[in-house]
Amino acid sequence: MKRWQFIVPGVLFAVLVLFLVRGLNLDPREVPSPLIGKPAPAFTLPRLDDPTQKIGREDLLGKVWMLNVWASWCVACREEHPLLVEYSRRKSVPVYGLNYKDGRAEAQRWLANFGNPYDASISDTDGRVGIDFGVYGVPETFVIDKRGVVRFKQIGPITAEALRDKIEPLLKQLNADNPA
Amino acid sequence: MLAVLLAGASAKEAAPAAADPVLEERMLAVASELRCLVCQNQTIADSHADLAVDLRNQVREMLRKGQSEREIIDYMTARYGDFVLYRPPVKATTALLWYGPGLLLVGGLAVLWLVLRRRSRMAPENFDPDEPDLPEASKASEDAAPPAPPAQ
Repeated sequence: MKRWQFIVPGVLFAVLVLFLVRGLNLDPREVPSPLIGKPAPAFTLPRLDDPTQKIGREDLLGKVWMLNVWASWCVACREEHPLLVEYSRRKSVPVYGLNYKDGRAEAQRWLANFGNPYDASISDTDGRVGIDFGVYGVPETFVIDKRGVVRFKQIGPITAEALRDKIEPLLKQLNADNPA
Repeated sequence: MLAVLLAGASAKEAAPAAADPVLEERMLAVASELRCLVCQNQTIADSHADLAVDLRNQVREMLRKGQSEREIIDYMTARYGDFVLYRPPVKATTALLWYGPGLLLVGGLAVLWLVLRRRSRMAPENFDPDEPDLPEASKASEDAAPPAPPAQ
């Protein structure tokens, strides 16, 4: 029975190690979005290129699209931008930009400098639409299906791996789905 | 003269939003229950992050419109998830978080009590520091104090 003195603490230790391994692999910066599986929040915002025109959630029903939250002051956005520009050249899924808490002139200058992958960008100057989408750190990207339901949220810059392993398979799957 | 100077000094420090201190206090009370997702360890009442400023404004506006604290909290969790609550809700998924430490404490105390009780029943010779801990010396029970260096 002396063995119990080693087995019990050993097992407890192993359990603790499991918790630690699991916990240390979690990233607290990645807050899971409660919007996944729910309809995208309603919005109507002016276009960046032509503020007299507006784009609303309803205009985008019937197609799978991505909403990329970006800003000219966002340094991390520059990381993912080349990827987005390259992706937009393939013309597979429309990408719309949510220009978050930014100035129009700065935003347009930024796009002129770094390339414009967006079908259109809309200006969320006060960040209210951002709050509705649960944006807490720029850049963030949402995948929205034909019914207007949020299916995926990428927190932080899109990486080649995320695009290849998570986003593109999902886009393929959503495009194949044809709602009545 | 001094009074004028002092009045001027205090007026400059007051933030424009504190025009309604009652509202401000209510806003801070609600904001203290919400986590700043940027800083994560601060509430939006304390945080200086842009998002915290925006969310404080949002709370203030909602209070002004007459919405209750419950409605504001629900609004935030609908958009940001449970993590935005500074105090994790007590749910099935957080049961271990809330009750774990208590359980561990009770468990530890129980083990301590059992060990002490068992030891109180052992013959006093088992605790003699001068006698070597040989296997045949553990006459009370097999769970005597573990042998120091393994004496095969």
